[in-house]
Amino acid sequence: MNIVVLAKQVPDSTEITVDKNTGTLVRDGVPSIINPDDLAGLEAALELKDKNPDVKVTVLSMGPPQAAGMLQECIARGADGAVLLTDRRLGGADTCATSRTLAAALKKIGFDLIIAGRQAIDGDTAQVGPQTAERLGIPQITYVDEIIELTPEKVKVRKQLEDEEQILESKMPAVLTTLSGMNKPRYMNCVDIVESFGKPVQTMTFDDLDLPLEVVGLAGSPTKVHATFTKDVSAKTETFDLPAAETAEKIAAALKEKQLIKK
Amino acid sequence: MAKFDGYKDIYVFVEQKDGNIADVGYELISEARKLVASMPEMGFNVVGVLLGSGVKDKAQDVIAHGADKVIVVDDPLLKDYNTQFYTDALTQVVNEFKPDSFLTGATVEGRDLAPRVAARLNAGLTADATKIAIDLDKVKDGEALLLVTRPTFGGNLFGTIVCPNTRPQMATIRPKVFDMAPVDESRTGEVIEFAPAWETTEPEVTILEVEPKEAEGVDITKADILIGAGRGAEGSLDYLKQVAEELGGEMCATRAVVEDGFADKAVQVGQTGKTVRPNLYIACGISGAVQHVAGMEKSDFIIAINRDPEAEIFKIANLGFVGKIEEVMPLLVEEIKKAKAA
Repeated sequence: MNIVVLAKQVPDSTEITVDKNTGTLVRDGVPSIINPDDLAGLEAALELKDKNPDVKVTVLSMGPPQAAGMLQECIARGADGAVLLTDRRLGGADTCATSRTLAAALKKIGFDLIIAGRQAIDGDTAQVGPQTAERLGIPQITYVDEIIELTPEKVKVRKQLEDEEQILESKMPAVLTTLSGMNKPRYMNCVDIVESFGKPVQTMTFDDLDLPLEVVGLAGSPTKVHATFTKDVSAKTETFDLPAAETAEKIAAALKEKQLIKK
Repeated sequence: MAKFDGYKDIYVFVEQKDGNIADVGYELISEARKLVASMPEMGFNVVGVLLGSGVKDKAQDVIAHGADKVIVVDDPLLKDYNTQFYTDALTQVVNEFKPDSFLTGATVEGRDLAPRVAARLNAGLTADATKIAIDLDKVKDGEALLLVTRPTFGGNLFGTIVCPNTRPQMATIRPKVFDMAPVDESRTGEVIEFAPAWETTEPEVTILEVEPKEAEGVDITKADILIGAGRGAEGSLDYLKQVAEELGGEMCATRAVVEDGFADKAVQVGQTGKTVRPNLYIACGISGAVQHVAGMEKSDFIIAINRDPEAEIFKIANLGFVGKIEEVMPLLVEEIKKAKAA
């Protein structure tokens, strides 16, 4: 049974810069981590592998060359292998183009179950999982916080909704999107890290995919960044040092202006 | 000739469960009305799309909330939400009626459904937006370009996203960011029933069990207004609670206050507690440790009160006040009461 975990390397920092020409984020030079929802997905896959030695876990990531470090860590945590899909021609992709690209790579790699984090902390779209499922023409269950049972034919999970939990069963193959907090990711020990170098991260490029160039990357993305701006909070901070009565008046006035005082 | 001939109107997915329509659908219809009004020359309508089983009689409600037209797909396969049949039905609705824009609530359901539909249509979809507008410069060229603004990078950066080359322009929009317009029961509109062609009626995913979530008392993640207590407010918690009550909000606390036994773990905000994003967060006697800030910095408007003018919290606050909580908060209670009475 092949489980492919989709993982994204994300910046672990609030130091963000924006490329003024393209309006896209510059990720170079910012410390990076594996996206938390994806790490939960990896842990869930590794737990399935603990229970069933026939399970093989492969981690797939699309990103810049430095994402190889994150994938090597995934191997150290217990993944059997990892694939980095990296190519400048794939850059600037929105979720529409990303899902198309990942689906093409997944077809090459082969899978019985795909686990993706619900959303990435640098984009919060939660779209790549469902869209990859659609590209592959297979079912999806999103917002999963427990994988209850896995057989070659079916997967049974618990899904978190706003006001309820559902126990759902899907036919295989399927895409699950997982929530961080569903488990406690295991640590890597030194031996694992050293041994992981015996299983190097494989790389794939655009040339390994059977896709036309115009459907990937920025060109294949229907959404375009029109403008970016930072939260006006930091820009508009005003600090007053006034007597208590004036402070209270000023706060009340601000609340009134924002229509936060309701009669 | 318009750039996207045949595509018109702003469509809103009307989410319902057991025939109860979620507010977000009506919020989006209300906002769509404003967008339509901002570009009268386009002659656009607001169209609700209602999917379900036995929901046809709800169409008039959708009209009363501001829709000009409602497309109803009433089918037993749509009784409970499921990705498969909802995607099949909605994609066919789009292909048949050609919406210029298509809005969906950024709920668990909306964020499961909209990406799938967008991928099938190869349409652009912007996630979890908090603001929408029309690029009025483009209207004279016969184009209703939707400007969709969303927070990203944990709310540190905002992006306005457009779909200039594809239709429909799709977006999921966060609940509660738009007001619901008053209901007008006398409004009339057109109800169109649409029957999709099912490729298969065999479900891929089945619901085995549904369990309501246990209520854990106050849910601070759902509060629009939060009054946050830090160590500097431990002696004034009654006043914080009064302010919260007057504003219709809740009190929450830092880890220190919870560990000191002044507040319940359920209301702890921060890295080891909950993440909140209310409309208003008043940080009282909170120094602004990163562990706390991580859980509340997404709040729309932050007011901080702290006796230490160098407190870190002032760096992320929109409005900061140097002062003692025990002095400011009792007066604030009175000021709010005064404002309410005025």
